[in-house]
Amino acid sequence: MPLLEIADLSVDIKLSRSVVKPVGNISLSIEAGETLGLVGESGCGKSMTGLSIMRLLPSGGHIVSGSIMLDGRDLVAMSDAEIRAVRGNEVAMIFQDSLTSLNPTMSIGEQIAEPVRRHRGASRREALDRATEMLGLVGFPQPKSQLGTYPHQLSGGQRQRVMIAIALACDPKVLIADEPTTALDVTIQAQILALLDDLKARLGMAVLLITHDMGVVAGRADRVNVMYAGRIVEGAPTSPLFSHMHHPYTQALLGSIPKLTQDPDVELFSIPGLPPDLTAPPAGCRFAARCRLATEQCRALEPPLAGPDPSHVFACWHPVDGPVAVEVARPARLEPVAAAGPAGGYPEVGRPEVGHPEVGHPEVGRPEVGRPEVLVLDSLVREYPVTSGMVLRRQVASVKAVSGVSLTIGRGETFGLVGESGCGKTTLGKIIVGLEKPDSGTASFEGTDISSLSSRSFRKFRRDMQMMFQDPIGSLDPRMRVGAILREPMEIQGIGSRRTQDGIISDLLREVGLPAAAVERFPHEFSGGQRQRIGLARVLTLSPKLIVADEPVSALDVSIRSQVLNLMKRLQDTHGMTYVVISHDLAVVKYLSDRIGVMYLGKLVEIGSADDIYQRAAHHYTAGLIATIPEPDPDREKAKTAVAIRGELPSAVEPPSGCRFRTRCPAAAEVCAMEEPPLRDFGPGHQAACHFPLRAPLRQPVLVRSGESNSGIEHRVEDVHHRVHDDDE
Amino acid sequence: MTNIGEHSEELLLSSPEGGQIQGPRAGWRLALSSFVENKLAVAGVGIIVFFLAFCFLGPFVYHSNQIQTNLIAAYQSPGKGHPLGTDANGFDELGRIMKGGQAAIEIGLFSSLVATVIGTLVGAVAGLLGGIIDAALMRFVDVLLSIPLLFVILIVSAHYGATVVRLSLIIGAFSWLVSARLVRGEVLTLRVRDFVLAARTMGASRNRLIYRHLIPNALGVVIVNITFQVADSINFLALLGFLGFGLNYPQVDWGDMLSDALSSLQDGYWWLVYPVGVCLVLVVMAFNFIGDALRDTVDVRLRRR
Repeated sequence: MPLLEIADLSVDIKLSRSVVKPVGNISLSIEAGETLGLVGESGCGKSMTGLSIMRLLPSGGHIVSGSIMLDGRDLVAMSDAEIRAVRGNEVAMIFQDSLTSLNPTMSIGEQIAEPVRRHRGASRREALDRATEMLGLVGFPQPKSQLGTYPHQLSGGQRQRVMIAIALACDPKVLIADEPTTALDVTIQAQILALLDDLKARLGMAVLLITHDMGVVAGRADRVNVMYAGRIVEGAPTSPLFSHMHHPYTQALLGSIPKLTQDPDVELFSIPGLPPDLTAPPAGCRFAARCRLATEQCRALEPPLAGPDPSHVFACWHPVDGPVAVEVARPARLEPVAAAGPAGGYPEVGRPEVGHPEVGHPEVGRPEVGRPEVLVLDSLVREYPVTSGMVLRRQVASVKAVSGVSLTIGRGETFGLVGESGCGKTTLGKIIVGLEKPDSGTASFEGTDISSLSSRSFRKFRRDMQMMFQDPIGSLDPRMRVGAILREPMEIQGIGSRRTQDGIISDLLREVGLPAAAVERFPHEFSGGQRQRIGLARVLTLSPKLIVADEPVSALDVSIRSQVLNLMKRLQDTHGMTYVVISHDLAVVKYLSDRIGVMYLGKLVEIGSADDIYQRAAHHYTAGLIATIPEPDPDREKAKTAVAIRGELPSAVEPPSGCRFRTRCPAAAEVCAMEEPPLRDFGPGHQAACHFPLRAPLRQPVLVRSGESNSGIEHRVEDVHHRVHDDDE
Repeated sequence: MTNIGEHSEELLLSSPEGGQIQGPRAGWRLALSSFVENKLAVAGVGIIVFFLAFCFLGPFVYHSNQIQTNLIAAYQSPGKGHPLGTDANGFDELGRIMKGGQAAIEIGLFSSLVATVIGTLVGAVAGLLGGIIDAALMRFVDVLLSIPLLFVILIVSAHYGATVVRLSLIIGAFSWLVSARLVRGEVLTLRVRDFVLAARTMGASRNRLIYRHLIPNALGVVIVNITFQVADSINFLALLGFLGFGLNYPQVDWGDMLSDALSSLQDGYWWLVYPVGVCLVLVVMAFNFIGDALRDTVDVRLRRR
């Protein structure tokens, strides 16, 4: 007997001029102790389903038909008073954005005590005792002293734990988790998901896990329901869903996600088009417009959710069997026309070099042999002052966003920067493009030092370096038409007559896959993926040599991501530009990049080719990231047992001494606190900064940054040899 | 297993890969239809249009003598020949209201225009440049805000005499403070948005940023503010007139009329007080309705529905 059973649920939302039907005839069930994953893209109705269970629909929304049976009682038929007694008591919900979901004016103790007082009639003291118990349960050290803290004093992960504590305070039977970890860093996400699993087992709850991340679902859900455009299109236990899916949408969705094992030379499978408009849903199967197997029957008649095996149901007239095998290989990349590099040529990679006083840049992360260098960063430092006092504003501390990063990028290659939030990768991207000036260190573009140029002299370099932004909504001026947006860079730089500009604009629109009629429209008339294409077209108007892409696909839906990623790769093949891709998503970075640099709290901790990073990671943080990133592969996910990286991200205002990762590193020792590890070679072009790396470094003397004293180096060189020697024995 | 590549190629060729454009129509049309739904706002527009016609076109239709006094006909109650009676000087009251309305609306519009132009420029510059310039400008605004506006105007109008233009300039010169603060706030939010960063990456000069990007996006707030300022200006003008420092004779505005008529209440000359009062209230209310509706329209969070 399932604990929660939804039968034929339909929800309508009445807008001012139309009626949206976000959920239509949904049926699902959850047993006690089971996690049901509800996956789908934005707009598919999964959040609305979760909200309908709690009867928390937005204004204008009401349940049209269907029933929601909780332990035999129908939640739809209940009166307001009855459902208020159920909310928070028998059914609890946690939301995505913990900052706005917690009351900023109440302490966390009071907020956790609130449902206890409401539903159990407890006195204030008893409720606070229960709050202390809950805080301990969700992993707060010294919970009694934390009762008085306020939400803004906590980090994102801690706030999410508080939300879980509030939800579980009255021992609910069902927990609805609506995108609980989407806003969190990957390492914190793993901790929160492990916590949810643990609590579910202890309290015997049923959990409805709503998310768009197939990797999360692969690891944590017992069964999965896939939603598309308000309908459930497939439902099965997790492993069969991933290995033998039957619905073309599930197949396409899973095929379009770049996995860590993805071959970068093969195009990602992408689903063309956009989801349907739910104010006027199509008559037949809702996926028919985008499905490659659609026939007339599909467009006319909606398939029922059924299947030969009652545990694995799907709604399709032409089911498929298993994952898709993509065979579209990418054409060989055009090698860009090689410009003359700096005189003196390039030393072979791997040969030890001790100091380059004449060239003046460090040996870090050289690109492949033969690629001329286009961007050289040397010991960049950028710190933001923290002021105190309203009137005088004296500086009391500084946020160390970037602390001494050096790297070299070759022409035509794609360099990926990976790291969690606060690691400084966005700041580094802005320094490269000239939006920020470094406090010390230099950045050179094709031999010229751009970090010290005035803004006027920098203007002519702007044609060569452009940036693609993360937020498709915020990166386009909402008051300008697309034509004007695309024309603006050319106007500013004074390129071409109006007619030439028009020609360039229409060429670019065609190239990025947008209709020519787009020039007359405003940005808000486009979808997120289309806006990102406009952003890409804008970047290309000046034919830049270097493009910094800051989280290019993070804000997009999963099925749209592959479209944009394929487009980016295709454009690089045609135009031969250099990319710097900044992202927290290692799979995306690995798919796009030739070389990857991993950053943590303002430092570059590892750098190497994509294969090096993935298969031969030397730094514990890199290994932890790879272990923690949820992959859409249930077998691999279930095999991950321990949480790889403990603890919270330290403050960037006072980063830990020595190695900044030591507070969370499983291999930390005393020397890690006293001495900062230098970058050491682990292979051609592969370097990492760790005193106790996961692999043996090559037997080489330690590389020197120009300016350090010799004696210190020799001491360290001996150390390395000593340690390497020990490893061998 | 079929070769996925071929099929998706066909789909690709049939329509652009990014998909067709499905979004709502152009911005201002959406705003207009959302504005029209607000019944009070439509009523407000109607009232304003009526009063514009009444005050500016009315005198062409309804001729009354506003120049030569006619003391014999003074204080006549509404009746034949004078729908709203006559005032102390024998002028026809209805004609007087029309004339007074002209001055009120002119001053209201002109002063808020002056205030908005100055305020927008100051706010945008302060918001974008930040630092010392921002601090200096905002302290200047603080200083001006602490000066009692009323006294300054009383002194100036007593000294120089008040005409439509002078009053507009003075009222405008003190009302720009509010819109400067508003625009500065908007610009502060806007300048860290990605599209401003994108423009900077392209090499946009500061002028271009202010005039092409920041001000057009801050306009929504500015327009809402204009309507409220018009309402406030008209109100303030009435106050001035009531205190006796309004326009000089023979020009007249509603405030003057109310002031003159105050004593008439005791004598029972209601037609000198209530019609003017009703007109004043209606016009100020209408501008406020329009301002509310515009604010709802411009606020993006509310707009999507």
